[in-house]
This record gives sequence, C-alpha cells and structure tokens, in this order.
Amino acid sequence: MSTVEERKALVQEVLEAYPAKAKKSRSKHLNVTEENASDCGVKSNKKSVPGVMTTRGCAYAGAKGVVWGPVKDMIHLSHGPVGCGYYSWSGRRNYYVGTTGVDTFGTMQFTSDFQERDIVFGGDKKLTKLLKEVDELFPLSQGTTIESECPVGLIGDDIEAVAKKHAKETNKPVVPVRCEGFRGVSQSLGHHIANDTVRDWVLPKADEYRKLPEGFEPGPYDVNIIGDYNIGGDAWPSRRLLEAIGLRVICQFSGDGTFNEVVMTPLAKMNLIHCYRSMNYICRFMEEKYEIPWLEYNFFGPSQIAKSLRKIAAQFDETIQAKAEQVIAEHQERMDQIVEKYRSRLEGKEVMMMVGGLRPRHVIPAFEDLGMKVIGTGYEFGHGDDYKRTADYVGEGTVIYDDVSGFEFEELAKQMKPDLIAAGIKEKYVFQKMALPFRQMHSWDYSGPYHGYEGFEVFARDMDMAINNPTWGLVQAPWQD
Amino acid sequence: MRQIAFYGKGGIGKSTTSQNTIASMADRNRIMIVGCDPKADSTRLMLHSKAQTTILHLAAERGAVEDLELDEVLLKGYKDVKCVESGGPEPGVGCAGRGIITAINFLEEEGAYEDLDFVSYDVLGDVVCGGFAMPIREGKAQEIYIVCSGEMMAMYAANNIARGILKYAHSGGVRLGGLICNSRNVDREIELIETLAERLGTQMIHYVPRDNIVQHAELRRMTVIEYAPDSKQAEEYTALAKKIENNKNFVIPTPITMDELEELLVEFGLLGGDEEYEKAIAADQGAVTV
Repeated sequence: MSTVEERKALVQEVLEAYPAKAKKSRSKHLNVTEENASDCGVKSNKKSVPGVMTTRGCAYAGAKGVVWGPVKDMIHLSHGPVGCGYYSWSGRRNYYVGTTGVDTFGTMQFTSDFQERDIVFGGDKKLTKLLKEVDELFPLSQGTTIESECPVGLIGDDIEAVAKKHAKETNKPVVPVRCEGFRGVSQSLGHHIANDTVRDWVLPKADEYRKLPEGFEPGPYDVNIIGDYNIGGDAWPSRRLLEAIGLRVICQFSGDGTFNEVVMTPLAKMNLIHCYRSMNYICRFMEEKYEIPWLEYNFFGPSQIAKSLRKIAAQFDETIQAKAEQVIAEHQERMDQIVEKYRSRLEGKEVMMMVGGLRPRHVIPAFEDLGMKVIGTGYEFGHGDDYKRTADYVGEGTVIYDDVSGFEFEELAKQMKPDLIAAGIKEKYVFQKMALPFRQMHSWDYSGPYHGYEGFEVFARDMDMAINNPTWGLVQAPWQD
Repeated sequence: MRQIAFYGKGGIGKSTTSQNTIASMADRNRIMIVGCDPKADSTRLMLHSKAQTTILHLAAERGAVEDLELDEVLLKGYKDVKCVESGGPEPGVGCAGRGIITAINFLEEEGAYEDLDFVSYDVLGDVVCGGFAMPIREGKAQEIYIVCSGEMMAMYAANNIARGILKYAHSGGVRLGGLICNSRNVDREIELIETLAERLGTQMIHYVPRDNIVQHAELRRMTVIEYAPDSKQAEEYTALAKKIENNKNFVIPTPITMDELEELLVEFGLLGGDEEYEKAIAADQGAVTV
C-alpha cells in the first residue's frame, strides 16, 4: 500500500469508533492529501460534533483575545459576568512597549462583572458608569472597546446606544463589539465581528480621530502590518525586516499597536497581512474603500522569508527589490550556520501540527528548512480558503484534520508515531504523558519570537530542545515494566 | 401546603380571578400570593394599593436580593393573606424571566413558604421563556389553573400553556387542575371550553359569568368578596374557591396541534372553514379587479 492508501485506511479506522451520525459528519473533516491536489478536501467552519473534545474557542475569544485585545493603549472591556474576562486574562502573549496602567493596558483586565441585578434590569446603566470610571482612572486611554459576553446578547442590552452617547460626550472612540460567545461555530466569527467594528465604528471617523506624527508626510513605501499579534515579540523582527528593505511601517494592527495606528491604516500604500484568517476582512474592505492592495506573507524560516521579501519587494520599485536581495544575502550565512547546527539533530523528524490562524500551513516550511517533515496538520477554526492555501504547503500523504477531536488526534498520533507534536495547551500534557515531545504553538511555549531571521534561530533551538531532550527516554508509563 | 398557579393569556382576568378566588379561600386557609409579573398587579385588590414594593425593585435599589429582609417585601392584605410581588424591569430592558427566578429563589431561602395552606402564583401572559415557567418547575406549583374564555387567542394561549405543563410534568410533577372560564359572553362559550378541556384531558372547573360588579369593586381596589360579599358574583367566586380546595382532578395535559385547535374553532364558528376562507379571498380579489 502507498502512504496515501495506508493513511486513508488509518483515518477510516479512527472513524470507526464513532456512532453512525458522528462518523458521517466527522469523516468530511478528515482527509489525506493526494499528489498535486489543489485543495485539502476537507469540510471546515462547521459546528463541532457534540460530545467530542474540541479545542475551539468562542466569538468573544476571537474578538477580544485576538483582534482588539492587543491594541495596547485602549481599554478592552469584558462586558458581562466576570468569568469570560478572568479566564481570558493575559491568555495570549501579545508583547508591547509602554507603562502598563498609565498609557498601555495590555495585561490588565477590565470587566463589568454582571450581577443578577444587571441581568434582570439590563446592564446599560452599569456600562455607562463603567465607561466614565475608566476615563477618570485612565485618562491616557485612547478609547474603549466593549466586548459583549453571552448574557448581554440574551437580554438585548443596547450597547451601541451607550457607546454612541459616551463617544459623543468624550470625543474618544467607544466601540461596541457584539461578540457573544454563542454566535458562530468558533472564535473565527469573533474575528470577523471585530473586523466589522473597525469598518463600521472606527474607519468612518479615522480622519477625525487621527493624530499625525509631527512632520508626517505620506510616502510611497508606507505599509501596514496587519494581523501580527506580536506573540512573544513576533511583530518586531517582522517590522525590522520590512524596514530593512526600505519600507516604512506606519501601523501594526494589532500586536503592540496603538489606536492611532489603527486610524493611520487608510494612509498606507499596502496592507501586508500575516494572519489571513483573522484579518482578511478588514484588508478586503480597505481594498474596496481606499484602493489599498493587500498581500499575504510568511516570515517563518529562511526559505519563506526570502520568498516573501521578494514577493513584497516586487510590489515596489527597484530600490526596494535591491535592498531585499541585500537583506536576504546578509542573513544567508547565519541561516546556513543555524541549519547546519540543528539539521543533523532534526533531519527526518516527523511532526504533527494542530493550531489556529495561519500556523498549520505557515510553519511547515520552517520545519522543512531544518530537514523535518510535517505528516499531519489541521486548523482549529480554519475555513475553505485556508485549506486551499494549505494545499500549496503540504506534500502527498499528509493527514489533514479539521477541528480535530481529542480522540482523533490521540489515535492518529499513536499510529503515526510523530517525533514532535506542535499544538495547543489543551493537548500538551496528553501527549507529553505519552512521552511524545511537544511544543505549544499558540504562545510558542513561553518562548519566541519565531518570526523573521532572529525568530528562526529561536524556533530551531526550541524544536531541538523538545525533540532531543533526554527526558523522553526516561518516561515510563505505569503499565510498562 | 398546596402550591397553585394561575396562567392565561394577557388581559384575560387572571389577577382579578385569582385574587377574588383567594379572598374566598382565605376564610378557610392560610395563603400567600406570589405575583410573577413585572407590572406587579397581582396583589392590589388584597392590599388596596396601586402596587406594592417588589422584590426586584428593592433589590436593584439596594444592590442584590441578599440585602433584603423578607418583611420589607412580604405584606399582609385582606384576611391576612400574605402578598409578595416579584416585579421586574421596565418594558424592553433586561430579562423579566430571570427576575422571576431570582425572586422565587429569594422567597425560598428566606423561609417565606412556612406555615401556609396555599401558595398561589399569578404569572404573566404566556410561557414565553424558561423564567416564566419557573413556577411550574420542580418543587414549585403542583396545580395549574388556566384562565381562559371562548375567544380564539385565549384558547391558543391555553393550549400553549398546556404544552409548557406537559414539558415539566414528568420532571417536576406539575399537573393541570382545570380551565377556569372567565366569560366574555361569546356564543356557546361553556360548551366550547368544556370541549377544549376534554381535548386537553382536563375539566372546566368553573364558569365565571360576567358581572359589572367586578369593575365596581376593582375601582375601589377591592375584591368582590370584600366589596359585596352577598352578591351573586361573590357566590360564584366562592364556588370556584371551594372547587379548587376540593379538587382531585390533576392531569398531565394532552395539548392538541394547531390544526386540531383550528378545527375546533371552525366547528364552533369562531373561525371560518376553508370554504369560507376561499370565498372571502375571492371576494377581496373581486373587489380589487373592480
């Protein structure tokens, strides 16, 4: 049997454990890629099967945790009972520069802490009061976003009216985000909803809100970095790379970004988008409205960095193109050294991945630069366009699993015996207890950055540390002699 | 202690019927009325007041229900009937259903249910959400009386309420005690309600005729029992009260489908049949072409 056939049989075997209905629905989300396929051939962005373990989050998580949360000089209000805010507090390592509590608020948590009374009588009065308090306590806050939790949507509070009134009174932006967790099938809808609030509540007043830096003149090389959340400082090497090739980054939206940067976005000549899944919506809107083109790039690993830099430079003139070549050449030696250092220890190692956003495809070439092979990958909340893009990254015989269940992932790993699993915190300990090396790829396992040339150094070291750690050989399960 | 509840379409006369009935029952029993309607009009005839201070209104003022004392919201009215109103938000805001849940939990925790023969819940309009079903859920009202009349919408509502009761009948043990026909002087009303009752598997426990004396008493914020104890209408309410006290006919209702209900209405001439419907449509279209 060929690898493809073998793995297809394996997928069937895993599916056998399900009752008929669940099997039917899950079978559409699992596949093995065939040669030269233009798509991964899985269904996606569908409701998870009840009763299985899914790693998905909710719309609130997408809006607050991902898109709006990292805008560092605004206050992001978890509007509803305390749990949603508390348990998502600093859940993502969106690094930022600033004095927390004075001009930046990234690691702080604000909540309206709904009580019984607020449910019965509505929470709009409390919200009004809270917005006032926030302005008094944190005068340097550049605005507020209101992320509504489930009950707010159930009782029909009019947070839009409260936001409008308060914004008018204070002349600061107040953005109501209707990201109630029960909406949609995953956090993905929350990204979309948050993007739409930028479109509806921020960009129409961008000219009014914008404070141009002193002496600012729009230039031909002005670009925005969109959808880099600066996990472990990722956006910084990305920014340095773009600047090194002669571009001017006028906005980081949203990792380490400010509200003013958000309203600067319409001035750029191009949107460079990192996480397509979470921010393509606003890029498409800016293309339509301001005729700003957008381009996806991938800064994981030297091969993709070079490819992306050339792709970006090609959109500009020869000066930029020449500088891009220069930057690539300058880093070549160091990259070769790193590959040489780690390749012998990582060559041929196999990886199974399962993450969110863009990583299930974008990180594959970085592993390949180290001689490793991704044998399975899948998204928590990807859509059809993600899986289409993934087809360009994966080889024949790769197992694709959409919204993989705990059971499926475990069974596949047991049979496919990868050398490394790169997934999220919910899977981490399951696999480590199976004595499988693991890297947590949502937060880079408290490491990072992984973007750009310097990020690749860290990435290579971390993968080596995980896989070649002598601990794994010492793990003995209780049922083993 | 028996826990009973009055349900029915909005405006059907639930509060009037329940208070008049309870006023009579109070001669022989210790009773508490729990008003479950944001309008808080379930106790006014007992208290001779516009509206009493409600649990939720006071809780909102103080911060939480934990900040309340029972005697601040539990008042004694006519013949020492204990009166309490859940209250709720103004129209269009918040969640009145959750309010009822909060209020009833408060009453239970504060021991309001001690030393009583009857607790009576008077619930708003229809069972629109889980909150309004609170009184028929586990450990609450065991007997439901649906106030209705021979009007189409009242019967729709009655059937819907029966569906709500059926839903909780197996988990919580709630039963339908009967239909109370609060007359609107519709043709063949008694026969119609008796037929509906039979279809739902229950009884028409009493037919309360229409009498202006009810309005005269209400103007004075009184029940007929108090205002005109010797009147014919007072006798009717007393008869209903005694029937409820002695009622043994508690059933799991058998709600009917919309089609069956419409057939019933057609049969009694409240709704035209298909033939008449088509005639009416044809007449309208004829009018348009002319």
